[in-house]
Amino acid sequence: MTIQTPNGFSLDTSGKRIVVDPVTRIEGHMRCEVNVDSNNVIRNAVSTGTMWRGLEVILKGRDPRDAWAFVERICGVCTGCHALTSVRAVEDALQIKIPNNAFLIREIMAKVLQWHDHVVHFYHLHALDWVNPVNALKADPKATSVLQQSISAHSKSSPGYFRDVQNRLKKFVESGQLGIFKNGYWDNPAYLLPPEADLLAVTHYLEALDFQKEIVKVHTIFGGKNPHPNYLVGGVPCAINMNGDMAAGAPLNMERLNFVKLKLQEAFEFSQNVYVPDVIAIASFYKGWLYGGGLSGQNVMDYGDYEAIQGQKKTDRLPGGVILNGNWNEVHPIDPRNPDEVQEFVAHSWYTYGDANKDKGLHPWDGITDPQYVLGPNAKGTRTNIEAVDENAKYSWIKAPRWKGNAVEVGPLARYILAYAQGVDYVKGQVDEALGQFNTLAGTQLTAKQALPSTIGRTLARALEAHYCAKMMLDDFDQLIANIKAGDTSTANMEKWDPSTWPKEAKGVGTVAAPRGGLGHWIKIKDGRIENYQCVVPTTWNGGPRDPKGNIGAFEASLMNTPMQRPEEPVEILRTLHSFDPCLACSTHVMSEGGEELARVTVR
Amino acid sequence: MDDERTTARILVLGIGNILWADEGFGVRVLEALDASHVFPDTVTLLDGGTQGLYLLPYLEEADGVVIVDAVDYGLVPGTLHILADDEVPAVLAARKVSLHQTGFQEILGLLALRGKTPARIVLVGVQPELLDDYGGGLTATIAAQVEPAARKVLDILKGEFGVVPAPRAGQGSATSGSLVTAAVGRQSYESERPSAEAACRIGDPRVLATSRS
Repeated sequence: MTIQTPNGFSLDTSGKRIVVDPVTRIEGHMRCEVNVDSNNVIRNAVSTGTMWRGLEVILKGRDPRDAWAFVERICGVCTGCHALTSVRAVEDALQIKIPNNAFLIREIMAKVLQWHDHVVHFYHLHALDWVNPVNALKADPKATSVLQQSISAHSKSSPGYFRDVQNRLKKFVESGQLGIFKNGYWDNPAYLLPPEADLLAVTHYLEALDFQKEIVKVHTIFGGKNPHPNYLVGGVPCAINMNGDMAAGAPLNMERLNFVKLKLQEAFEFSQNVYVPDVIAIASFYKGWLYGGGLSGQNVMDYGDYEAIQGQKKTDRLPGGVILNGNWNEVHPIDPRNPDEVQEFVAHSWYTYGDANKDKGLHPWDGITDPQYVLGPNAKGTRTNIEAVDENAKYSWIKAPRWKGNAVEVGPLARYILAYAQGVDYVKGQVDEALGQFNTLAGTQLTAKQALPSTIGRTLARALEAHYCAKMMLDDFDQLIANIKAGDTSTANMEKWDPSTWPKEAKGVGTVAAPRGGLGHWIKIKDGRIENYQCVVPTTWNGGPRDPKGNIGAFEASLMNTPMQRPEEPVEILRTLHSFDPCLACSTHVMSEGGEELARVTVR
Repeated sequence: MDDERTTARILVLGIGNILWADEGFGVRVLEALDASHVFPDTVTLLDGGTQGLYLLPYLEEADGVVIVDAVDYGLVPGTLHILADDEVPAVLAARKVSLHQTGFQEILGLLALRGKTPARIVLVGVQPELLDDYGGGLTATIAAQVEPAARKVLDILKGEFGVVPAPRAGQGSATSGSLVTAAVGRQSYESERPSAEAACRIGDPRVLATSRS
């Protein structure tokens, strides 16, 4: 019953099968099945995207200049990064160079989104995999204050402050409104924090809510509105007039820009004094729980992003590339245009490329999104109520992307490993400092190579990246102000707005370091209309099924060999899958019964 | 009391995914309201799309909230049904409003935890007919309810909050309809849809079966 995968994992399907469906607190729909051995250690993992995702096909024949507005609706989380990727793809196809101000404004918007998304992910979607809010009621506010002051210079650190939060929480819990916290497994021994750390985290959960609503105002200013800010092929849709008034819809002026700067600075302080120290402190209590590394210890990939100088890819402040087999001394360059590099396979996905091509990989420019929903012979249940999928056949609505045939992990951790390996000073400094603090608190001596490829490392990398983005967006802002002061107020290049200026046929690719990992859109334009459009999203890379050779993807690999305390309470599975910030980027909130459940778990 | 009512901050929130047929109802009603009326500064129209937690700040700042959405009441398709306050969470509980499946109930829970629950929440819901038509617009049955639902919202604004928005002069002019980007506005979204041959319209039977049950 043991299968050796080509990428080095040993799968054993003989043990008890556990189904977690849906894996909530994620966008879209996802299901996970694992087999555990007699010691409740995970020996096989199967990740299934359960939602048809056909965004590409509905763009056929549309105006390429409008594509961003459609892709912005894919899901409620990554709106801005899909829109940005889309305008980049169209501009690449039509060879449009945007003004430097537009470049900088987009950079700031992208990093605000990154920061915001990471903060929201940690405090509101992931923290409860580590933090027990019920336990926080037992905390001593004085000791919590001491803990806070020992980990950072955050100003809100008095015993009274924590006592107030605790009282609020207590009232909330006693009123029977546990609501947001009611679905946890709060007596599971997998939770290891002392009550004071729990109270600290719950307090910052509330503070993060205040911050998230402030920082998105930057999107309203630059994007005209929020949610669903406006984008524009050729630049940004906001004009600059430093002497302008504050009327609604008026151009950017100094007052608004000052407001933006204030918000960026607040974000920087929050990630510096709250988010990063919290992650390090929480991680130190889980020092023995270094599971979940999966593929990240071997293969990681990103396209690279955040050019320091517009148009010069080699100045990427988070440089891209591919690392294979854990060899951090060699970073392979990546070219999203090369038909032999990025390819998607559908041997185990509910799509078809035709019988003759069933094991072939297709480059996104030639991608096909043709659904074929069939269950394998060993699947249990019915087409509309699957009890267990058959992972030897088709089992997911996600395709399996590969880089030169290799399964890779993408995301903040992948970017941080790539940046660390390529000697990016800021990143190296951050990682080494964080690790130093972790080791001091935990009494360990872990190196970056030991600590980063893990669930904790993934969560830490996201925090560090948020803070790096805060730093970079402040730099971008200063550059924007310098441009404007030098008399440059251009925000859009409309030379090629008119389709009559376009070639008869064109193709382009746009990539972005999206919150969940490298995001790519590939477009083919013919006669002024979209002929083909393919999005390869980060969760496709991470959550995709096996490829024809049997290589398992990042989600499946990350769960391997993780021991579970109580198989019927899948805290460990959720913890690791949530550490990817999975987003099935698929849209819809069709009504579904049981939406408030944390997860339905079936053990057979 | 009248003074209090007219200074109250009102949020009119349309939620749903415009890419899934009748799921887009809430957003389309807001689009129609934006095109037909001018609202005072105390009223915010918001195309909430599938945003979940991101809507929290808007809800926190509101004294009164009118939500427009497609809701499975188990009624005849096209039926408009209005609920208020405590009835709202129960009916929205089963829904994932997206953002990592932060349910609307969870958002209401967060509002309660922060002590910022709006004083009044009214839900104008329509029973949808068809959801699993990816890339599709509103069905005729549901499209016919856009104007009635918009009128209901105006009635609620007047009756509950004393707000009477003025009809917009030159309806459909370039000055209106800024709420939803023109490219995905109902008119161009529905009229420029690719053919069924060019673009598959089938949903996922496994997920959609749940929605039909």
